[in-house]
Amino acid sequence: MADQVPGQHIPTVIADDVHIVYRVNGAKTGKGSATAALSRMIRRGSDDEARGVRKVHAVRGVSFVAHRGEAIGLIGSNGSGKSTLLRAIAGLLPPESGKVYTDGQPSLLGVNAALMNDLTGERNVILGGLAMGMSREQIKERFQEIVDFSGINEKGDFITLPMRTYSSGMQARLRFSIAAAKDHDVLMIDEALATGDRKFQKRSEERIRELRKHAGTVFLVSHSNKSIRDTCDRVLWLERGELRLDGPTDEVLKEYEKFTGK
Amino acid sequence: MSALPSPDEGLTAAQLAAKYGLAVSGARPPVREYVRQLWGRRHFILAFSRAKLTAQYSQAKLGQLWQVATPLLNAFVYFMIFGVLLNASRGMPKDVYIPFLVTGVFVFTFTQSSVMSGVRAISGNLGLVRALHFPRASLPISFALQQLQQLLYSMLVMFVVVIGFGSYPDASWALIVPVLILQFAFNTGLALVFARAGAKTPDLAQLMPFVMRTWMYASGVMFSIPVFLADKPQWVANVLQWNPAAIYMDLMRFALIEEYGAENLPDHVWAVAGGWALLLAVGGFLYFWKAEERYGRG
Repeated sequence: MADQVPGQHIPTVIADDVHIVYRVNGAKTGKGSATAALSRMIRRGSDDEARGVRKVHAVRGVSFVAHRGEAIGLIGSNGSGKSTLLRAIAGLLPPESGKVYTDGQPSLLGVNAALMNDLTGERNVILGGLAMGMSREQIKERFQEIVDFSGINEKGDFITLPMRTYSSGMQARLRFSIAAAKDHDVLMIDEALATGDRKFQKRSEERIRELRKHAGTVFLVSHSNKSIRDTCDRVLWLERGELRLDGPTDEVLKEYEKFTGK
Repeated sequence: MSALPSPDEGLTAAQLAAKYGLAVSGARPPVREYVRQLWGRRHFILAFSRAKLTAQYSQAKLGQLWQVATPLLNAFVYFMIFGVLLNASRGMPKDVYIPFLVTGVFVFTFTQSSVMSGVRAISGNLGLVRALHFPRASLPISFALQQLQQLLYSMLVMFVVVIGFGSYPDASWALIVPVLILQFAFNTGLALVFARAGAKTPDLAQLMPFVMRTWMYASGVMFSIPVFLADKPQWVANVLQWNPAAIYMDLMRFALIEEYGAENLPDHVWAVAGGWALLLAVGGFLYFWKAEERYGRG
């Protein structure tokens, strides 16, 4: 890691001509899927197209350099490749070609997949923390903080009940609280701000600002131009997997609003 | 951004990355580093396996009692069918055959379910793989560990059955520990191999039950290989008994059942048991690690 020199841009994430392709098995034809599958197996070795594997080119040749201290918003219509690009930056989805260089370990804000609805909230806090790479001591230290932040226990002792008994709002709040408990070098947030009631939203926006202070660089995917304007100083606009515009928030949002006809 | 021309102007992405010490995101770490990362995640691996185990029965009224009740019912069904209905003993006294059968079924189930959960370890947890960072080997290892804990519950039932048929705890019961360690190493390796294969070809989840059942019938779960092949040369029985599934079953029976003596074991039994464990654990681990950066690709 290079020492920080004031007034100089230290890159933390470099994306170099990144392409990401999803492969979907057997989605070529809707009818006769069994025979299609058979012919797919027989024609193994020939190219993907002939075997009925459909390719979805989700991100096409995106390049950019992100610097320390920047908060970058990602905008674009649904299916434009925003979340996919985030996963590639986090190193969770290997790019088809091109490279992503990062300083430290970028992390996606989200532990949903590690949590189990059949377990108590308590055990999920521990499991989620461990899954994010926190040590046992760190979790023990922050446990009360996480529970208090989620507000799960405001209406009684719910943290000792299985998560499936929570309302969807409560589940979302606990998930966010666990995810936000860790400090990250490069932090990526995928529409996490929309969870919970108004009170909780305010609290989480505050927490995100706090996380930003500790994190080197923040990426935020959102459909809310307001939250992008509030938190980001630079915006990447993706459309059909291509980087359409990259610049200061105001400029890009102006163009984007023109494009979406608002 | 800045008005002044940046000193980094004109550098390629790779040069810029090198200058500031940035690393390729999602690259596969060298094996030593990988082992270190995995060790760092040991609490997660353990917590995940225990969580999976608990979650299984959390909706049931009897709850965790099913951990023991399921193998108990299993053993009871085998006892009814083979012990009472068929009255089968396949050349063994009945008070040896029933514990022989129950031990075999439980020990084989350990390997079988490790393989089956290994196949789905990555392909069934893509959400997790695509959301969080951790050495992917954590998943198959965690699933194998879950099966080990499952077996430990089954062992309680096994002890009841074995004692019920007249084999009391003695010094040879201490052998349970090395047998379990070796079989766990073997199963983990196998789970790692199938996790990689299943990540590439999820269809294995459909195919493997048949492969595993064939393996079970060939490994002498329900009959004793040496008794079955009594008139054949010793080496034929040896080769069949060197099959890893058979060897761990036989060692466990040898440890638990008083009248199941060393004459039922193949030659070099401990060396072969250790060899299989070492081969699969190391080989499976390296094989899995080789594809580390590709897990989770869409």
